[in-house]
Amino acid sequence: MATKYELKSKEIWDGNTAASHALRQAQVDVVAAYPITPSTPIVQNYASFLADGYVDGEFVMVESEHSAMSACVGAASAGGRVATATSSQGYALMVEVLYQASGMRLPIVMTVVNRALASPLNIHGDHGDLYLGRDAGWIHLMANNPQEAYDMTLCAFKVAENKSVRLPVTTNQDGFLVSHTAQVVEPLDDDTAYKFIGDYTPMNPMLDTSNPATYGAQTEEEWHFEFKASQHKALIDSAKVIEEVFNEFEKLTGRKYNLVESYKLEDAEIALAVMGSAYETAMVAVDKARVEGIKVGLVMPRSFRPFPYNEIASKLKNVKAIAALDRSCPMGAMGALYNEISGALSANGQAAIMTNYIYGLGGRDTTAEHILEVIKETNENAKAGKRVTDLQGFINLRGPKLSFN
Amino acid sequence: MATPKEMMTTWDKIQFGAVLPSFEDPANKVRSKFNSYNYKVADWRVEKPVFNRNLCIDCDFCWVFCPDSCFEVEEVVNKRGKKQAKIVGINYDLCKGCGVCVEVCPTPIKSLLMFSEFVENDEALKQWPKKEDKKD
Repeated sequence: MATKYELKSKEIWDGNTAASHALRQAQVDVVAAYPITPSTPIVQNYASFLADGYVDGEFVMVESEHSAMSACVGAASAGGRVATATSSQGYALMVEVLYQASGMRLPIVMTVVNRALASPLNIHGDHGDLYLGRDAGWIHLMANNPQEAYDMTLCAFKVAENKSVRLPVTTNQDGFLVSHTAQVVEPLDDDTAYKFIGDYTPMNPMLDTSNPATYGAQTEEEWHFEFKASQHKALIDSAKVIEEVFNEFEKLTGRKYNLVESYKLEDAEIALAVMGSAYETAMVAVDKARVEGIKVGLVMPRSFRPFPYNEIASKLKNVKAIAALDRSCPMGAMGALYNEISGALSANGQAAIMTNYIYGLGGRDTTAEHILEVIKETNENAKAGKRVTDLQGFINLRGPKLSFN
Repeated sequence: MATPKEMMTTWDKIQFGAVLPSFEDPANKVRSKFNSYNYKVADWRVEKPVFNRNLCIDCDFCWVFCPDSCFEVEEVVNKRGKKQAKIVGINYDLCKGCGVCVEVCPTPIKSLLMFSEFVENDEALKQWPKKEDKKD
C-alpha cells in the first residue's frame, strides 16, 4: 500500500512538479519514460515518489522514446493504468507509436511539456511538438499554468478511461514558462484526487488469459476505414465527456474549465485566439487595450483535439476581426488555430476578418506590449471592415518586417 | 484473404481498437467468427511442411512454435501413465509454410521437412533421407 503524501492546501509548485504529483495521485501502474528537457523533472519526481514508497507501480527504464511509448502500449494492453512524459524530439520519436496507442484505443496519459523541434536545436517552449501530434488520434488538453497542469492531468485520466472514450490523452504545458515557473497550486489531498479519478477498469486486458485477445490486428481495405471512422467518432464525441469531467471537477474544487475558454468576449468587437502561457500574457494586453477603448476579447480551445468547432464559432458570433496566434511555424501555410477557427466560422455562416500571427518560436519572449500591437492591428481591420493588415505576421522577430499576404 | 460476406460488419458494430477476442463464449470455448481458425492461408504457401510420424518423438516443439496452431494433437497416455500430446498431423488450411516447425524439430533426422507444394505427401515420405550406415 502506497504511503500518503502530506500536502498543504497551497503548495509552491512548478508545472513539472504539479504534473508529477497528479501522476502519483492517480496511482499509475506503469510509467515507461525516457527523460527529456524540459519534462525531465516529471519523470525524475515520479521515480523518486516510487522509490520512496508513495506509489505502487513499475517504472520502466527504456533506451528511447520510441521504446517508452511502445512499453506504454504493452502495459496498457496488458490492462494497467499507464502514463509517461515527453517533449520535442522525444515526442517526434514517439509519433509512430502514438498512432498505435490511439488505434488500439489505449487510455494512456502523457504529460507533454511543449518544446521547439530541431533543427536548429532548441530546448525552449513552443508548440511544434503539439502540432506534430495533432492528427495522431489523441485528445490534447491545454494547461496555461502549473495549477492547470495539475488539474488537467487529473482530468486526463478520467476522460481517457471513460468507457465511451478509451483514447489516449496528452496534457500540454509550455516548456519553462509553465514547466519551470513556480506558482501557487492548490492540490487535492491524495484520497480525494484518487476518488475523483476512480479505480482503473481494464477492457480486453491481455493478462486475462482465459479471454485471449489480439491487439494490433492487420486490417486491409475492407476493414481499416471502419475502424478509423469509429475511432474518429469516439474522439469527436469525447468533447461531451470532457465537459462532464470538467463539471464534476468544478463541483470538487470550484475551479471551472470549459471546452473553449474566453476572456472579456461578451461585448468584444475583435478577438484574439491563443493557447498556452501566452493566453495569460494576452489577458494583460486585453486589459490595457480596453483602457484605450478597444473592445477586445480572448478565446482559447481548452481541448485542441477534439477541436470544439461549434462552441468556438458561437463564442465568436459578434466579433468583426480575429487574430489567431500560433506558437509553431506552419511552414508553407497558415497556423493550425487560424485554419480551424476560419473553418469553424464559415461552417456556421459567420464572417470575421481573419489574420494569423506566428509568435514565441523557440521560447522567444512575447510580452503584453507585443500582443497589444496585434490587438491594435486587428482593430484596424475591424474599423476598415476589410483586411488592411497582412495575412500572416511575425511577432518580436528581429530584422525587416516579415509578413505574408 | 477476402472476408466472407456474412462476417462483414459496419463501423458502429465493430470491436473498438481492432481488439479481436478469441472466443465469443469463453466458458464453452466457442470461437469468435473473427478467430484466425476461420481463415485459410494455404494459398500463401510455396513450400509445405511434411510430417513423418515414424521419426517423431512427440517433444511438441512444433506445436509450441507454430504461429498458426496448425499441428493436430491427440491426447494419449504414455508408458509412465502420464497424459501426453501426440502429434498426428498438420492442418494445411492454417499453415502458411513459414518453416519454423522444421527449424525447431530436434530429431537426428528431422521428422518435419519442407517439400514443394506439388509433391504428394506419400511421395515426400518415400524421398525422406535415410540414416547413413555406420562405416567400419
